[in-house]
Amino acid sequence: MKAKVHITLKPGVLDPQGKAIEQALGNLGFQGVDEVRQGKYIELEIAETDADKAHARVDAMCAKLLANTVIENYAIELEPVEPV
Amino acid sequence: MKAAVIVFPGSNCDRDAAVALQAASGRAPAMIWHRETTLPALDLIVLPGGFSYGDYLRGGAMAAQSPVMRDVVAKARAGVPVLGICNGFQVLTECGLLPGVLMRNRDLKFLCRDVALSVERSDSIFTAGYEQDEIVRIPIAHNEGNYFADTETLAELEGESRIAFRYVGAAPNGARNNIAGVLDASGRVLGMMPHPERAIEEALGGSAGARLFESLVTALAC
Repeated sequence: MKAKVHITLKPGVLDPQGKAIEQALGNLGFQGVDEVRQGKYIELEIAETDADKAHARVDAMCAKLLANTVIENYAIELEPVEPV
Repeated sequence: MKAAVIVFPGSNCDRDAAVALQAASGRAPAMIWHRETTLPALDLIVLPGGFSYGDYLRGGAMAAQSPVMRDVVAKARAGVPVLGICNGFQVLTECGLLPGVLMRNRDLKFLCRDVALSVERSDSIFTAGYEQDEIVRIPIAHNEGNYFADTETLAELEGESRIAFRYVGAAPNGARNNIAGVLDASGRVLGMMPHPERAIEEALGGSAGARLFESLVTALAC
């Protein structure tokens, strides 16, 4: 299956990069932009066809390496790999 | 003192750490490549500064999963002192030996300059050579030194007096509670963002860092 992992900063954790992006957007004339938060997006394929098992494996990967749960949350999306 | 410096791909303060250790102890440390799986018997393990694995994913995140780290963690849990400097501090938080995380500097700038630190603990094996509340000048050089831990963890660190060093005045990187260096619960693992190995003689701009290595030599009596 293919996993799409979104890693985002927890609410309340300061995100100076997000703030800098927000300011740059304002400088470019994009008005009314607020709460810009920068995160990470990771795609991976795993040799597993069962969605529950795949989810459990990716969850373990997130907890051990992909995210730092002190400051980050993560969300996992799974989809079947399209045959080429 | 039989010390080892762990060398990761991208470490760049490993040789400075070795010079500082040799100057303090008279004995060259073992330089251990990160692919090793078993460490020899040691009195001290140093995780040096640098950009291990190019800071991929997060500073220290990949190095924390290096083969050698399993034995580093096991030895630390068995009481072998571990000193993590800069990137080494990041590795210590990522591998769970120290709480919290080092985030991107508040002002998004790489900071490379001398800073004033107050010695918050002069009774640890790392800091016994300093006076309590002494102000020392030691350089920092980092992009991710903004120490963050949740409020509960901070209260625990403060309550147990586990802050070894604090920035004097406003923390240059935005670190919570001005934290520059943290001890683990046993007091035998220290992570710090400033570089004591870059301040070991006056020709380098100061020698305050040398006393940290001398403290270890005295405390470990070897």
